[in-house]
Amino acid sequence: MSSLQRALSRVPWAYTFRRLLIAVPTMLAIITMAFLMMRAAPGGPFDGERKLPAATEQAIAAKFGFDKPLHEQYLNYVGGVLQGDFGPSYKTLGKSVNQLIADGLPISLTIGSLAMLLGLGLGTLLGVFAGLRQNTAADFSVMGIAMAGISIPTFVTGPILILVFSLGAGIFAVGGLGQYPNIGMNWHNMTLPVVALALPQIAIISRLMRASIIETMRSNHIRTARSKGLSERQVIVRHALPAAMLPLISYAGPAMARVMTGSVVIEKIFGLPGLGSYFVNGALNRDYTLVMGAIIVYAGLIVILNLVADVLYAVLDPKVKYD
Amino acid sequence: MTEIKPLLDPTGRVEPVTQAIIGGRSLWDDARARLFRNKAAVVSMWILGVIILVAVFGPMVWVNDYKAISDARTIAPTLENWHILGTDIQGRDLLARLMIGLRISLTVGIVATAVSLVIGVTWGATAGYLGGRVDNFMMRIVDVLYALPFIFFVILLLTVFERNIVLIFAAIGAIEWLTMARIVRGQTLAIKGKEFIEAARASGVSRRAIILRHILPNVIGPVAVYVTLTIPVVILAESFLSFLGLGVNEPLTSLGVLISEGAKTMEEKPWMLLAPALTMAVTLLCLNFIGDGLRDALDPKER
Repeated sequence: MSSLQRALSRVPWAYTFRRLLIAVPTMLAIITMAFLMMRAAPGGPFDGERKLPAATEQAIAAKFGFDKPLHEQYLNYVGGVLQGDFGPSYKTLGKSVNQLIADGLPISLTIGSLAMLLGLGLGTLLGVFAGLRQNTAADFSVMGIAMAGISIPTFVTGPILILVFSLGAGIFAVGGLGQYPNIGMNWHNMTLPVVALALPQIAIISRLMRASIIETMRSNHIRTARSKGLSERQVIVRHALPAAMLPLISYAGPAMARVMTGSVVIEKIFGLPGLGSYFVNGALNRDYTLVMGAIIVYAGLIVILNLVADVLYAVLDPKVKYD
Repeated sequence: MTEIKPLLDPTGRVEPVTQAIIGGRSLWDDARARLFRNKAAVVSMWILGVIILVAVFGPMVWVNDYKAISDARTIAPTLENWHILGTDIQGRDLLARLMIGLRISLTVGIVATAVSLVIGVTWGATAGYLGGRVDNFMMRIVDVLYALPFIFFVILLLTVFERNIVLIFAAIGAIEWLTMARIVRGQTLAIKGKEFIEAARASGVSRRAIILRHILPNVIGPVAVYVTLTIPVVILAESFLSFLGLGVNEPLTSLGVLISEGAKTMEEKPWMLLAPALTMAVTLLCLNFIGDGLRDALDPKER
């Protein structure tokens, strides 16, 4: 049996299926909450400084379906979402919410996943380094720095990174992606946003990893590996690391979601046209369809990431059983 | 050969046992001793104490008012007029604003955490204690809410409705109770089935006493740890909102507002960013170190 087959045989299909079933009412509840909040809000997207002529108001209402009763608007909206149509943007004329999401999401996703990768890689390294030297000066200094990483918010590190590297050393552009939309060409300028977003993750993951490796090194299977006469290096790399990294999986799913929402601030600081920026501008401008579209996309991402993390955990950890 | 000591004196004489020997040390005595051995936590407690004193009394005793506008705009730190941290764009004393901002941030942190504590403990303990179908239903709700991109809902709430500080408290508190509920429920469930509870029951301890003396102290530990670690998270969330321009209204301020104002002028006037940023970092560092120390103190398995 190949390792892939073995992995597939460990996927808890019934559990996965049930979780997907639960995801449906979850998403519906989210859509409903977002919809009701929008409609409960005082003032509409088309309230301007001046009062519009009645005919114009009627025309706008008819165009966007505001003249229909509330439940009909709701059903229309849900129906549209189910077919993958988030409707027209109220504020960006001539653009649909789908187009805006298609513009913004790749940027947010790229920054988010790069930051998460950086966090996982560096965080694991630092955590293992510190954990294997428990209660030494090296351990204390790494953990001290990690604590600082948790305590200093991204909206402080972001401007400071700009101050040092863009304005001071002139290595990176101050803001934006240069020749957007060719992200691939300009990944160079994504370095600072990714680093700023990754710093707290590096800190959290290294603390998690340190605790995990300390616990693993005391477990029975490590004692067995040692008594077989394996070198310490082999014990750590082949036996301790895989076991110690398991808690990271259940951390990484929700953390990825948090990194994605956290990129709102990063996108604002670095002037990146990601989905987070669109969301904040949409909320400030009362561009309701855009805001709801963004919320639904993010909620969907969170549901999927959490599910993937749980299933992956079951596949990799033979002790886990979902009934 | 080692001499085997009889358990009881062969003469039948029993050593008089004094209270001092029996006295022993409770769970909490042990935890306190461990906490005070943790240097980082002790130093953090002192610094945090000073920070709290400054936040509470600083604005009352400081010569400059945080609202007083003057013509001395964005001046560098100087001894003139006691602007020892300089002034902001409207000529208001930065130190006075920093102290008010600190007060607001700490208040938001404590109040919102208290909100999440009340909801979370009640919800979690009820679910864990009742168990069965009720538990299942209550925790499903928590699962659904977990999928919400909450910070987005808070942003929406604050842009759609009037911004006010109570809404910020409620909104942030409503995010944080989910984890609290999970912790309390898990802890209640785990303890309900433990042998020492069974032993207490077998030796005739009343149900009330079991809950108060055996279950509650074991729930309080993780909750206390989570509370100390939630306060910095809440302070961060508030400043996150402030940074996006959704925080407290002028002329009040918070650390997040001050940081975002400082970030705009950091090129020429870096101290306007550094002062609030450092204050924030030190406060959060202290809270995190205390939370960590508390966790290590209450969970002796870790070390």
